[in-house]
Amino acid sequence: MISQFFILSSKGDPLIYKDFRGDSGGRDVAELFYRKLTGLPGDESPVVMVTARGGHHDGRHFIHIRHSGLYLVATTWANISPFSLLELLSRVATLLGDYCGSLCEATISRNVALVYELLDEVLDYGYVQTTATEMLRNFIQTEAVVSKPFSLFDLSSVGLFGAETQQSKVAPSSAASRPVLSSRSDQSQKNEVFLDVVERLSVLIASNGSLLKVDVQGEIRLKSFLPSGSEMRIGLTEEFCVGKSELRGYGPGIRVDEVSFHSSVQLDEFESHRILRLQPPQGELTVMRYQLSDDLPSPLPFRLFPSVQWDRGSGRLQVYLKLRCDLPPKSQALNVRLHLPLPRGVVSLSQELSSPEQKAELGEGALHWDLPRVQGGSQLSGLFQMDVPSLPGPPGHGTPTSASPLGLGPASLSFELPRHTCSGLQVRFLRLSCRPCGNTNPHKWVRHLSHSSAYVIRI
Amino acid sequence: MPYLGSEDVVKELKKALCNPHIQADRLRYRNVIQRVIRMSKLDQWGQAEVLHFLLRYQPRSEEELFDILNLLDSFLKSSSAGVVMGAAKLFLILAKKFPHVQTDVLVRVKGPLLAACSSESRELCFAALCHVRQILHSLPGHFSSQYKKFFCSYSEPHYIKLQKVEVLCELVNDENVQQVLEELRGYCTDVSADFAQAAIFAIGNIARTYTDQCVQILTELLELRQEHITTVVVQTFRDLVWLCPQCTEAVCRALPGCEEHIQDSEGKQALIWLLGVHGERIPNAPYVLEDFVENVKSETFPAVKMELLTALLRLFLSRPAECQDMLGRLLHYCIEEEKDMAVRDRGLFCYRLLLAGVDEAKRILCSPKSDPSLRLLEDQAERPVNSWAADFNTLVPVYGKARWAVISKCQGPERCGPELPNTASFATSGPLIPEEDKERGQDLPDSGALMLVPDCQLTAEYFEKTWLSLQVAHQQVLPWQGAVHPDTFQMALQVVNIQTIAMSRAGAQPWKAYLSAQDDTGCLFLTELLLEPKTSEMQVSVKQSEARTETLNSFMSVLETVIGTIGDLKS
Repeated sequence: MISQFFILSSKGDPLIYKDFRGDSGGRDVAELFYRKLTGLPGDESPVVMVTARGGHHDGRHFIHIRHSGLYLVATTWANISPFSLLELLSRVATLLGDYCGSLCEATISRNVALVYELLDEVLDYGYVQTTATEMLRNFIQTEAVVSKPFSLFDLSSVGLFGAETQQSKVAPSSAASRPVLSSRSDQSQKNEVFLDVVERLSVLIASNGSLLKVDVQGEIRLKSFLPSGSEMRIGLTEEFCVGKSELRGYGPGIRVDEVSFHSSVQLDEFESHRILRLQPPQGELTVMRYQLSDDLPSPLPFRLFPSVQWDRGSGRLQVYLKLRCDLPPKSQALNVRLHLPLPRGVVSLSQELSSPEQKAELGEGALHWDLPRVQGGSQLSGLFQMDVPSLPGPPGHGTPTSASPLGLGPASLSFELPRHTCSGLQVRFLRLSCRPCGNTNPHKWVRHLSHSSAYVIRI
Repeated sequence: MPYLGSEDVVKELKKALCNPHIQADRLRYRNVIQRVIRMSKLDQWGQAEVLHFLLRYQPRSEEELFDILNLLDSFLKSSSAGVVMGAAKLFLILAKKFPHVQTDVLVRVKGPLLAACSSESRELCFAALCHVRQILHSLPGHFSSQYKKFFCSYSEPHYIKLQKVEVLCELVNDENVQQVLEELRGYCTDVSADFAQAAIFAIGNIARTYTDQCVQILTELLELRQEHITTVVVQTFRDLVWLCPQCTEAVCRALPGCEEHIQDSEGKQALIWLLGVHGERIPNAPYVLEDFVENVKSETFPAVKMELLTALLRLFLSRPAECQDMLGRLLHYCIEEEKDMAVRDRGLFCYRLLLAGVDEAKRILCSPKSDPSLRLLEDQAERPVNSWAADFNTLVPVYGKARWAVISKCQGPERCGPELPNTASFATSGPLIPEEDKERGQDLPDSGALMLVPDCQLTAEYFEKTWLSLQVAHQQVLPWQGAVHPDTFQMALQVVNIQTIAMSRAGAQPWKAYLSAQDDTGCLFLTELLLEPKTSEMQVSVKQSEARTETLNSFMSVLETVIGTIGDLKS
């Protein structure tokens, strides 16, 4: 059970404070937490911390998560399950996001009354009551204060929800960041469903180009603004296979290693037609999670061909990087950033880049190469020259060698691939089987997105 | 009692679960348990709560045990990590007599744990990594084929990287050692010095098993000539030479040149130790030490000076010609000019040792240069699953066992105090029936002829005197499993008005405790508890100041209940 729950801003200001059991002293606990957090030695984890008074641990545990710059902290005296508590905290974060529109310092401080009301319903005397949006909406009276009015500028940006699904119909990126219950006043608000297939890709490529590790973590996320009770059917690619041995359809198929579903998903049509049936509550929901490792059906999105010239005598280091994008020609990668750690003491950088929109700079002992947009099938290159005076080699090695100095690399890439899933999983259709009583057809937005979690290339 | 859902059935069950009458009736209780398990309408919090609650239930038969396991099986597939881990813990504890079932459960949990390890939530990832380490202590090969999942990415926070390095270090085996070492080697040049050092220490740990490859990597790292790397590598070498003497030759070849890149106390000590002990194999050892002797005046760390004295004396014994002069200078400085008493004493000690003659000094100083009998990575004792099953899915693995011990120790009696009497609350997970016994135990002093006085304060001296003067009135052996938690023990005894005179600390072998109590007639009961590590029994000897059998018997039964209760609480 939880003794207290509080939310701190990234600077440590308490935004929300709630004591559930009255067994622990006052508000200064939040301050204590922040002091401990900032004063923590580097090798200790901040996830769980214990309070100390006068050199004695008094056995109060702080457990927190960081979510969009905020600290959500729970304190407890009991030796409870860390998994459940962390899950609860992230669930609370999602709930707050659902009810307040989005979760950030501004929305929380604008909706303090709503947040307290919500916390009252979710937790009682430190025990979880319910976290289902459906149940909670019966009890919540306060309206969320929404900050941002709809703005045309949002149309151009590509957010997680609401993207360039079709050229003619573009959901504003703010559409998904509105509270689930704001429609109480004006019922004419659009019925919308956002379905996202999001994959995180972690890759490790050896210096000789061979693939050491590929790992895809996928999620199907749903954010629904439909009135509850409407049933929904999500059709996945029919060649979707689970496990190493299953075979479906002809051709390569789409294979994942493990799948887990949200408990509300009904799987009676999954075996035969790969259809997920569910009655989503309003708000955000992770319908399905899946993992895939070592065996990717499509080629990797990026290959890097580095060549390094290292002149030990003069301390001159020349790095030539060629980046090839192996996506299909119609797709593109956005916000590509290459991060290359350099040997200590690099002083100057001169660069020759293949196109003007790119940018390269030195920072924190590493080279950052930014490529805002990379078209599929294209090839980009950059030539970087640096001086490393603090790394003098032993005398007699005056000739340039291709051996890279220690401390260089590995390079890591971060990027986003809109409209692309690395596993190949696609949502075939999204059908709402019982038409909600509303006046208009609900809008359905389906998006596919991959982004890098760690894309590392050794040099 | 937490909220489990809104249905009436649930409410009814909730009441039933808390009702002591139903708890006392095994058959009814069992039925309730079965119905609880079958409840489908629980959300994940309710499920986690039920699983936690079921920890207190002990099935009567093997058949019932497997029934329950089968019924609960679906929880292991839940999409919520909390439920899966709760179920895993329950399975591990219920199946404590079936190691193969436990192994099966751990295999099934592997998937969810690995998913949590690569989860987007860093905090969840951290908790999962800590549990992975816990499992690896018992099943070293468990995650070996998934080693790639534990490679760090540069954007991860520091604490996760450190955990991952630890995990990598523990799951290394013949197949993946090459890849793991290559990965770790990449970390050694990380921008963060702390992380780089952690990676080097990890390589040092792996070197205990795969010496040659690791020593080569470490030697290459020396070529970087960076202070923070060199100092850690030299420290690793020192530990390694002590544990694996076969790598001495390679280490000695790598050492020359290091002294220029070491500035901190730890690194200097390690280097000087190596030069002293293995100086006969390092050609320039005397000259490196000479540099240290030259600069001894500006040396800030007394520990380095002490190490230097010992090392130079050792080297003098093996290479007298080169060292005699500077040893003289060093001794002169330490004895005449040094202000730190410890260093001065060490100097004087060395001087007197030399006065006793070279042979004598050799005999004393030239101790063994390595101790390979210390543990190797592979034959580290594998801890049985049962030793940590109760800690699974709690904060213990997240803090780490050692830190947890400190935390719970420092919490002290003032926190334990109020908790112990109401063990019927949800906090502890002991079985239910012994707790009822405990209540009986508390009632007993009132009902029987025995009435122990609450504030009997005996001094240790008085106790000792009385103890020696009396004969053993009663001796008995009680069953006992595992270690003793002195704090809990003491608190429990206080509840029944038995005073603790002295007690060994936790984990001592053999474990002893001396207790005293006084009844309302002034009769003293002095007790010795003796726990031998081998036998799972506690030997109880009681001495009584007035020989009265009936009070002795009731005293024994009080003591027996307390010991039985505590023993059951822990197991």
